[in-house]
This record gives sequence, C-alpha cells and structure tokens, in this order.
Amino acid sequence: MRLKFVPDDVNIDWFKRARLTFGASVVAMILSVIVWAVLGLNFGIDFQGGTTIRTQAEEVVDVAEYRAALEPLGLGDVVISEVFDPSFGPDENVAMVRLGAQGEEASVSPDTIEEVRTALAEVAPSVEFTSVESVGPKVSGELIQTAFLAVAASLAAILIYIWLRFEWQFSVGAVAALFHDVILTIGLFSVLRIQFDLATIAAILTIIGYSINDTVVIFDRLRENLIKYKSRALKDVMNLSVNETLSRTVMTSGTTLIALIALLVLGGDVIRGFVFAITWGIIVGTYSSVFVAKNIVLFLGVKRDWSKPDKTEGNQFAKIDS
Amino acid sequence: MLQIPLWKRVVIWGLVALGIVLAVPNLFYGRVEQANDARATIETMGATPERTAAAESWPDWLPSGLVNLGLDLRGGAHLLAEVQVEDVYAQRIDGLWPELRNELREARDTVGTIRRTDEGGPVLEVRISRPDGLSRALEIVRGLSQPVASISGAGTQSLEVSGEQTGDTAVLRLTLSEAERAATDDRTIRQSLEIIRRRVDEVGTREPTIQRQGADRILIQVPGIGSAAELKTLIGTTAQLTFHPVLNRTGDSDANAGPGNVIYPSLDEEGAYYVLERTPVVSGETLTDAQPAFDQNGRPAVNFRFNPQGARAFGDYTAENIGSPFAIVLDEEVISAPVIQSHIPGGSGIITGNFTVEESTELAVLLRAGALPAELTFLEERTIGPELGQDSIDAGRIACLVAFAAVMVMMAASYGLFGIFANIALLINVGLIFGLLSLIGATLTLPGIAGIVLTIGMAVDANVLVFERIREELKTAKGPSRAISLGYERALSAIVDANITTFIIAGILFMLGSGPVRGFAVTLGLGILTSVFTAIFVTRLIIVTWFDRRRPKTIEV
Repeated sequence: MRLKFVPDDVNIDWFKRARLTFGASVVAMILSVIVWAVLGLNFGIDFQGGTTIRTQAEEVVDVAEYRAALEPLGLGDVVISEVFDPSFGPDENVAMVRLGAQGEEASVSPDTIEEVRTALAEVAPSVEFTSVESVGPKVSGELIQTAFLAVAASLAAILIYIWLRFEWQFSVGAVAALFHDVILTIGLFSVLRIQFDLATIAAILTIIGYSINDTVVIFDRLRENLIKYKSRALKDVMNLSVNETLSRTVMTSGTTLIALIALLVLGGDVIRGFVFAITWGIIVGTYSSVFVAKNIVLFLGVKRDWSKPDKTEGNQFAKIDS
Repeated sequence: MLQIPLWKRVVIWGLVALGIVLAVPNLFYGRVEQANDARATIETMGATPERTAAAESWPDWLPSGLVNLGLDLRGGAHLLAEVQVEDVYAQRIDGLWPELRNELREARDTVGTIRRTDEGGPVLEVRISRPDGLSRALEIVRGLSQPVASISGAGTQSLEVSGEQTGDTAVLRLTLSEAERAATDDRTIRQSLEIIRRRVDEVGTREPTIQRQGADRILIQVPGIGSAAELKTLIGTTAQLTFHPVLNRTGDSDANAGPGNVIYPSLDEEGAYYVLERTPVVSGETLTDAQPAFDQNGRPAVNFRFNPQGARAFGDYTAENIGSPFAIVLDEEVISAPVIQSHIPGGSGIITGNFTVEESTELAVLLRAGALPAELTFLEERTIGPELGQDSIDAGRIACLVAFAAVMVMMAASYGLFGIFANIALLINVGLIFGLLSLIGATLTLPGIAGIVLTIGMAVDANVLVFERIREELKTAKGPSRAISLGYERALSAIVDANITTFIIAGILFMLGSGPVRGFAVTLGLGILTSVFTAIFVTRLIIVTWFDRRRPKTIEV
C-alpha cells in the first residue's frame, strides 16, 4: 500500500479559478507593498546599526524592571523582549536587549556594555551576556545596499538563465513568480514585525532558489508537452503539465516542509526567524509556481513550433551520462 | 539498456567511500580535535609524553580533517575594524620636515628665512621671507619627491607641491600625491594586519581568522575568546611608544605650545600636561624587546631594549641632556617624565608608572608586537558565548535527526523499495556533504546547519522526479527495464535546470555573505552537488544492481 497524495488520474483545471487565484496574488502583493510602505520593516542591527545583547539569568525576566534599570543610562531607544523556547530549563530566563546605534560610524564601546551589565545585575544578580552583537551605522548602510544588490542579481541571473534555456516568456513568468514570493515574504515580515536582518535576506534568496526549482520543473514538462502536442490549446497543455508533475510538486514540498518544521520546532530560537522565512517561502513558492508563473506565460503566449532547436525530446544534457 | 560499465561502478562507489571516510572524523570530533592540536603543538614546541599520547589517540593513517565550527557554534569574538589610513599621511609629511628644513636653510641666500606654519596635518606649510626665491624653494621641495613605488602609480611622483605669493612673503605647500596615498594606504593595511596577527598570536588562541576586507578594513575572528571587548583592548591600542624632550609642565590643556611642539596629558596625574617637542628622540619602532618586570620598589614595570640604532640615539641624547626631563609617551599620553640622571648607554631601560601586573604584562605584549601604524575604528563586533553555541549545536543535531527520520518515513511510504533506495542515497548524501566540508576546510555555522536540514528535504527532489517519471513510463507499459532507463533519461533535464538555478543562488549568497550567511551558502551549494550526484549516479546504480540480481517481471514504484 503506497502513500499517495495525488491520485494517478488527476485532472484538475488549474485555470478554472484563474481570476480568483491570480487576483488574490495581485491583491496580496499590493497589500504587502502598502504594509511595507506604511509600517516599514523591523530592521535588525545588521541594517540599522545598534547593539543586541542576549541575556540569561536565573531570575525570571521582568521586562519593566529591566527597562527601569537601563533608563538612567540614557542610551536612547532601548527595546527589551523576553525569549521563549521549549528547550529552556526553569533557570534559563533569556531576554534580548536592543540598543540603538550610539555613534556616527562605530560599534558600541566596551564601557557601554559594562554599564548595561552592571545596571542589569541590580535587578537580576545572576545575569550573563550569552551574546553581544553590535553593528555600526556605517557598515549597516552598506549591508542594506549589498542585500538589495544580491536579490536583484539573483533575479537577473535567473531571468537570463531561463531565457537561455527556454523562451523569454518563460523567463518573464518565472521572475514574476519570484518577485511575487519576495514581496509576499517582505509583507509578512512587515505585518508580523519579525526582525528583518541579513539572515532574512539569505532566506529570501533561498526562497528564490526553491521557488525557481519548482517553476523550472513545471516549465520543463511544459516544453516537452508542447513538442508532443503541437495542436492542443496552450491552456490544456499547461493543465496537463501541472497535473503530470503535481505528484512530484506535492512530494518535494512535503518533504522539505517536514524537514523545515522539525527545524522550526526543535532548532532553537536563534535561527527561528530565518527558518520561519524559508518555511513561508516554500509555501508561497509552491503556490506561485502553479498559479502565477504559468498564467503569465499563458498571457504572453508562446511559440508552438519547438521541433527545430530540440531534435531529441530531451536536450543537450540528455546524453551526458548513462 | 540497464547497464553500467564496471569502471563506472568502481568510480561511483569509490567516490562515495572516499566522501564517507573523509566525513568519519567528525563523528569523533572531540578526540580528533585534541589529536590535531597535540600534533600542532609537538611540531612547534616539541614532544612531551602527554602530547604524544594525545596525538596517538587518533591514528594518523586516518583522515583527520574536521569541519570547522563557526563562531556562532563554538563561541568567540568577531570584529570588523577600519584602519584610519589618513593618520599616516600626517606622519609621512612630518617626517620630511627635518630634511626639508636643512636644505632650505642651505639656500638661505635665495629663499630668506623659513618658518613652518601648519599644525601637523596632512599638508606641510612653510613660509619663506623672500617671494622671489619661491621658484628655487619649489625646486628644492620637488627634489624630495620620489617616483611612486607601486604598479598602479607608476610614473607619478610621491609629492604634490604648490607655491603661492602673499604680499612680501611666499608660502610653500606640500602633500602626498593621490598615487602615493594609495600606496601608503596599502602599506598601512599590510602592516596593521601583520601587527594584529602578532598580537593575537601572542595570546595564543586556536585558529584565528585575520583577513583584509575591501580597501581599508580588517576582519578578525577569534574562537574561544571571552568577549569582543577583550579582543578590542588587545588589538585596538595603537601602542605608539615615543620618547620626547620635555619643555614645560602645565595645568592648562589649551596653553600655547608654540610651533613644532605638542601638549600631551599625563596618564596618572589628573589635570597635568606636558609641553613636548613634537619630533621624538627615539620611537617604538627601534624596540627589540619588552618584558614585564618590577622596579626597585617592587612595583610592576616594563623592561625594554633598543636596537643599535635606537640605542645610539638614546645614548647620545641622554649624554647631552643630563639634568633635564624627558617624557615616555604611549599613544599621546605621558606615562612618566623622569629627569635624566646620567648618560644611559647600552640601549635598555625601564618604564615605570602606576601599573597593575596585568597592565604591565599587556603593555609588554603590545610593545613587543609593535605599534599599529594607524588607529582602528571598530565598525562591527559580535561575541557569542560558548554555551549558546553548544545549545545551538545540540538543537541543530536533534532537528537534523528528526527531519531525517520524517523524510525517510515519507519516502519509504510513498515509493516502497525505491523509497528505501532513495533513503540510502540520502544517508550517503549527508555523509558526502560532511566529507566535502571537511576536505575544503569549510566552516559550519548555525544557518549552515539549517542549510543541511533544507538539503535533506530538497535532496530527495531529484529522486522524486525520477521515480515519478518511472511511474509515468510504466503506465505506457514498456516493461520495467525500459521504464527505469527512460525515467532517468527524461527526468534529467528537469533535474539539471532546477539545480543549476538553485546553485546560481547559492553562488550569489556566497559572494554577498560573510560569516554565518556564507556558511549557509556553502552547505546549500555542496548539498546541491551531492544530491544531484547521489540521485543520478548512486540511486541509479543501486537500482540497476538490484534489478540485475532480481530480474523482476514487474516493478512497483
């Protein structure tokens, strides 16, 4: 008895509710941009400069007490939040203290850290700093630039690669789907006020990598079917291709999600934000491969005579092994 | 159809075996690390019985490469420092003054009297009393200029010189040229790197990373050190030691020092300042040794020794100035200003001050390692405690195991025997990732562990693509052997395209990121390579071998 998520003779019309699904994507994207514009992002120190201190104490964390203790130091904007994780024991009470950037360029001075330590030791005598990270505004400005550049470069690289391997319509469709994933991820981070830092950018790039993976598999099948069924309507060929690869799409997304959920639950709080971003990205990425990318290809239309460049049903890679 | 030549089988299994053998030391991380450390110590410090025993705890015919643990897993400090390269311009220009003064004095008949009018910045300004001698003066100054000694600056001169007539006097200005500044910057960074490396080595921690980043930055990562603040005091101190003649002592920090002089505060006495000649008699570059010691009253002090050149300068100066005070200056603060009691030949001396034992030891380390040519500004610093790192490793390990088990169950439930084949390949895959990481000495970071977990999830993708394809081919009833062969052939283009795009992303991540993010890119990229290899070679070889033995009439995927 086999576990099957998709029946063998699956025959779903993926365009039946095209207006609804595509419309929902467009609306979600617009909402994300609005939220992003209005609320902004909760930038971490990587992008804004500042200092985060992870404290651990035997005493229970009282955020108000911590704040009161730090008040007299006059450090400007101080954000204190308690951290929870199922793996913490009863004497592990963890909090994150975040200070705004203190200077024009440089990171925080050791004296400031010592002052914070002394002040916190008054409310929680056993307090220890398990990590201290500080980024000066000079570097954080550059990091934002690099991050934007990296996302743009990834999209450009994929645009070119897909264009070379398929047709420009596919390439536009694929990149539009990726753009959709990136915007929705940014929107979610903005709404939930999750810290947005360098790791989030890494997560976004991973999402791009995963989502394009998914899209390419469908496109590859589409190309093959376009050669096979020269006279069938493009829409039907697309439905056929999605249906044929559906079992694989569900299976791969399923195994990846299972692995990620294990990491999300058990991997500790330090990387939870990062893993959360990727998990969300896998879901929207799978969705966009099925509902966004091919709709755009359909809209743009595609050439139907594929007989010339591909003499075999595979391509130049088909014979490299065996 | 379903035939794989023997040589290919041997190569595939050979690669798998090699990868796994390379990964094995990581299972005995603590023991191998100890053995490696012991071997390194024996090489530099000689063998002792304990060291030999530690070295032999891991047989030396086995590979001993380990995956480096990143700072976020091992704990340690990370600093990004910017070298204030401009500091050096002023020093360079100031160093030209004595020679320039002498040459201009020799030409006194044409240029008249000379006076230096700048405040010690990157531009040297000299006023001469006879404007008609300007052209001669410029000629002299240009004589000091030299061709720039760098490839990019070839053919240009080291100094930029300009002159200007103002009323009945004229002003000469000279500064370093653009090309010379670039060449100076480069030297400054190299020197700073070298000195930071020496200082960190003096403290003797394991595998520090000290590397140049961009034009004027230095990245320093030291595992195992308690805090970035500790590291900062060690490498952030310039440690410029100089000896200056003392002109005066004052309580006013804004007193007019006069041209060519400077006012430095006293280190111990609050509110006391010394007026000193700006150009030092001897500077710290001529030191050959410095050791912590105690003075005759039993207080902590630092003994030092000059090289012959410094010893001569110091000896001559003390011989000529018995009875007058001189100042020992460290980073623009006067440590002490003793009166010269007698001629000090031999080139050694002692620095006393209000030191604690730790301070005198640290000062000795800094003096021994040499002074930084320029000040450092710290742009970024991170400290991760070792306990937090260990927690992350533990959490990551559990998450990996659970992810592994869940994915394997799902594969076996969905594809039966073929799923089990894929699971074997998955195990091999993770072994290969660790083998490759150890081989290239890559660093495993916390996001890197996430990369491995993600790879576990995604690695089965290539196998899923093939299995799904085989299922489809079976529907058209071609017979199992043909279906397997076609399944692999036709799934290949999707596998290749899908993985190349992800690999591009991993490449961009690698270029963008530093530290943890780069660690993620490495595991993601290697994971793609190994998962494609295991899917299209290893799983296939397993399936073909199984098929050859059993010759099933029908297969179910």
